[in-house]
Amino acid sequence: MGRLILNRLAASAFSLAFVVVTIFAITAALPGDVADTLLGQSATREATAALRHAMGLDQPAWVRFGRWVWGMLHADPGRSLMTGRPVAELVGPRLYNSLLLAAATAAVSVPVSLVLGLACTMARGTLFDRVVTLLMLGTVSVPVFLIATVAVFVFAVQFHVAPALADINAVHSPLQFIRVFLMPVVALAGATTAQMSRMIRACLIDVFSAPWIEMAVLKGVAPVRIVLFHALPNAIGSVVNAIALSLSSLLGGVVVVETVFNYPGMAGLMVDSVAARDVPVVQCCALIFCVAYLSLTTLADIVAAASTMRGRAH
Amino acid sequence: MTHMISVRGLHVVGRRGDGGEVPIVRDVSLEARRGEVLALVGESGSGKTTIALALMGYARAGCRISGGAIAVAGHRVDQMDAGELRSFRGRTISYVAQNAGSAFNPALTLHQQVIEPALAHWVLPRRDAERRAIELFRAMALPHPETIGARYPHQLSGGQLQRLMAAMALITEPEVVVFDEPTTALDVTTQIEVLEAFRTVLVHRGITGIYVTHDLAVVAQVADRAVVLRHGAVCESGDTPEVLARPRTPYTRELVAACHLPVRPKGLDPAVDAASGTAPEPVLTLSDIVVGYGRVDANGLPAHRILDGIDLSVTRGRTLGIIGESGCGKSTLARASAGLQPPAAGTVRFRGETLAGRVARRTPEQRRRVQIVAQNADLVLNPAWTVGAILERVLRFFHNLRGAVARAEALRLLDIVQLPHAVFDRRPPELSGGQKQRVNFARALAARPELVLCDEITAALDPVVAAAILTLMSDLQETLGLSCIFITHDLHALRAVCDRVAVLLGGHVVEQCDAAALMRGAHHPYTRLLVSSVPEMRPGWLDEVVAQRSAAAAPFVPTAVGEGCPFVSRCVTRIAGVCERVRPPVVATADGGRIACHLPPGDLPVLAPGNSTIDA
Repeated sequence: MGRLILNRLAASAFSLAFVVVTIFAITAALPGDVADTLLGQSATREATAALRHAMGLDQPAWVRFGRWVWGMLHADPGRSLMTGRPVAELVGPRLYNSLLLAAATAAVSVPVSLVLGLACTMARGTLFDRVVTLLMLGTVSVPVFLIATVAVFVFAVQFHVAPALADINAVHSPLQFIRVFLMPVVALAGATTAQMSRMIRACLIDVFSAPWIEMAVLKGVAPVRIVLFHALPNAIGSVVNAIALSLSSLLGGVVVVETVFNYPGMAGLMVDSVAARDVPVVQCCALIFCVAYLSLTTLADIVAAASTMRGRAH
Repeated sequence: MTHMISVRGLHVVGRRGDGGEVPIVRDVSLEARRGEVLALVGESGSGKTTIALALMGYARAGCRISGGAIAVAGHRVDQMDAGELRSFRGRTISYVAQNAGSAFNPALTLHQQVIEPALAHWVLPRRDAERRAIELFRAMALPHPETIGARYPHQLSGGQLQRLMAAMALITEPEVVVFDEPTTALDVTTQIEVLEAFRTVLVHRGITGIYVTHDLAVVAQVADRAVVLRHGAVCESGDTPEVLARPRTPYTRELVAACHLPVRPKGLDPAVDAASGTAPEPVLTLSDIVVGYGRVDANGLPAHRILDGIDLSVTRGRTLGIIGESGCGKSTLARASAGLQPPAAGTVRFRGETLAGRVARRTPEQRRRVQIVAQNADLVLNPAWTVGAILERVLRFFHNLRGAVARAEALRLLDIVQLPHAVFDRRPPELSGGQKQRVNFARALAARPELVLCDEITAALDPVVAAAILTLMSDLQETLGLSCIFITHDLHALRAVCDRVAVLLGGHVVEQCDAAALMRGAHHPYTRLLVSSVPEMRPGWLDEVVAQRSAAAAPFVPTAVGEGCPFVSRCVTRIAGVCERVRPPVVATADGGRIACHLPPGDLPVLAPGNSTIDA
């Protein structure tokens, strides 16, 4: 078991190294640089060259890569080329906001999709299962910006229960928290829940075709117990993976929602920085997204392995 | 007279893909008295399991009980709602599944599962349920009854799991127990112990049993009455001895006949070889083959050996039978010969030419000569390809035949395996099990091989179909002059097609002899155990075997260390201090056999002809 975890961690470390190189290569390959952005189109060639030299942009790629990795190893992602402020200062609050939104969404969508997935499995083939399936497929198919816009229309314009823009500084009480986060969380949790509950249902139904489920039915075991006691322990590996896959998109893939609600998260920062060719910020954001994704999938794999290894050692 | 089980006019239908329904069970009526064991006998698709499950008010996905009255222990099962069914199943009637290996939940301990019915039906408090489970484990003759429940299913053998499953069925002290082919997946040697354990508890507890099986010899041992089923309808029913001894319908007669396969008429008669003036020429020779896994020692030999020092050869135009229990290495032997599992040591020679251990390093010509026919045709025939495409692919690969020539050759192959030409355009899922196995055979023959490795080719087939495949194989071998290795755990099949037999145990060949001599003369103690474990259709046979074995049982059970005999732990004639330590010498017998045993030749167990239905 310990060895298995070590192997999995080693594989993740390898992936991380690959990701670091890829991120640097892609950002280095971006056309134009921050000197062009800062000085504008009317700048003379000498002026941009001088600025490039001052920023160290004219050094060979491997030197810049070495510097960047060295900095990252010391938790120092460098300074923003646009503002001159440390990247950590820029990213820090945004990361906090994004994590808050992701956590709120996960807190809603994981229990809801677990319950829906389990209920559909127990009632598979019935009207309930078909209605839920239809709703979920519908939710997945509707683009997030549409859900977000409809949410604004309903909650903010018609009923005035929530502000149209998410002013995160206005949160001072649980009620305010709910008011501010209501719409972004609804918009994000819709698609996530739909996807997750479909995957959980598929995992469980797969387990349900096993002969030992039939055996449990013939023993006179109650349906709820069959699902929770017999099926779920065997499906944990795939269920956890389904959850991890759905959640991993919550940190980086929420640009639309952040834009609609003017929510100050990581995704918006990254998009702005790409436009400005503020390479250190882009690199830092990209790395954080990848690390989040890697840690979630690694954790899911370890949980899955632990659930199948339980008691199996001779 | 009141019946414990009474079924009147039972109909079960299955949904077709287009929404229509097809009958699976048609107008079946049967009954069983209290304490009686009723056998439901039939081939796959006869509806025997469907009927047994209907007694529990259960129909598998896509099926529906569409009519009839089912009464079990005074309850009308067909009129129960879901809640009533739940408290009925596992309490009044319980179920022992065919394959205990897959019917136990892999994530839960056996104890949790065995006592679950007692807790689910509020029969016993947990403490008492645990105590009763241990009692049942003891009654089932399971090892370590106090602690075995703490283990997980994959840690136990098939025979042990099957007995644990029976304990699970009995924990609520039900009135009726349904046994669904409970010994089909077991080795014959294990089957005896399990059958005996089942029968003892049924008799002692006065439980009514429904025993689903296709094996008439098992029926003869356990059932008071038998119902023979075909295509979902009752074909014949009556007292077991009556049905077996004097079958009234042609179908039952066919079933009984399939249990008495004719012994290969040719036989390996040394006089014939002498007369033709040719010395028997070996086609395939295996010398000192070792296959295994795990840490490799200084000599390049693996720590865990699946095959250890195998010396065998197949004579041209003959069939070598390999027999042994599951896990003895029989399939590995075929895979090593075909190059699918390279040996760690030893050589594979084909007509004097040494073959590479790995099939990828063999030339196409070398590969063409040795073909394998696998046990499960479903797994080796691509379901998306037509039979014609499957055969033509082999013809193009080995013989560069294309177009009309390939088609003609493929049709000829279908003729050879006695399949209609219409099969050419069909896909494997549209064919029956027997037809698929014939296609599988034709695929091997398409290469025009010199040696065919048949790995349990009849294990997944019904007896009547299997008998036809064996006849086909025997005929083909004669007409095409093929050499074969025939791997099986079924002594009937072995005797029907083989000339020479090798008995495999724990990766060692413990005996080689002529197939004709298998039932008589001196043999290895393990061979005797195997031969005497094959159930006979004579009622009372099980009692005799059990009585013999308990009389001969030896208390001390050593295990082989190092070079010791692989049979030592089960041998009743072992020589203490020798057999568990020293590799047994190979002794030649008078009729051309070779036996690896420490016993002096005069003391080897002798099998007398005539006391077995296999000889009849």
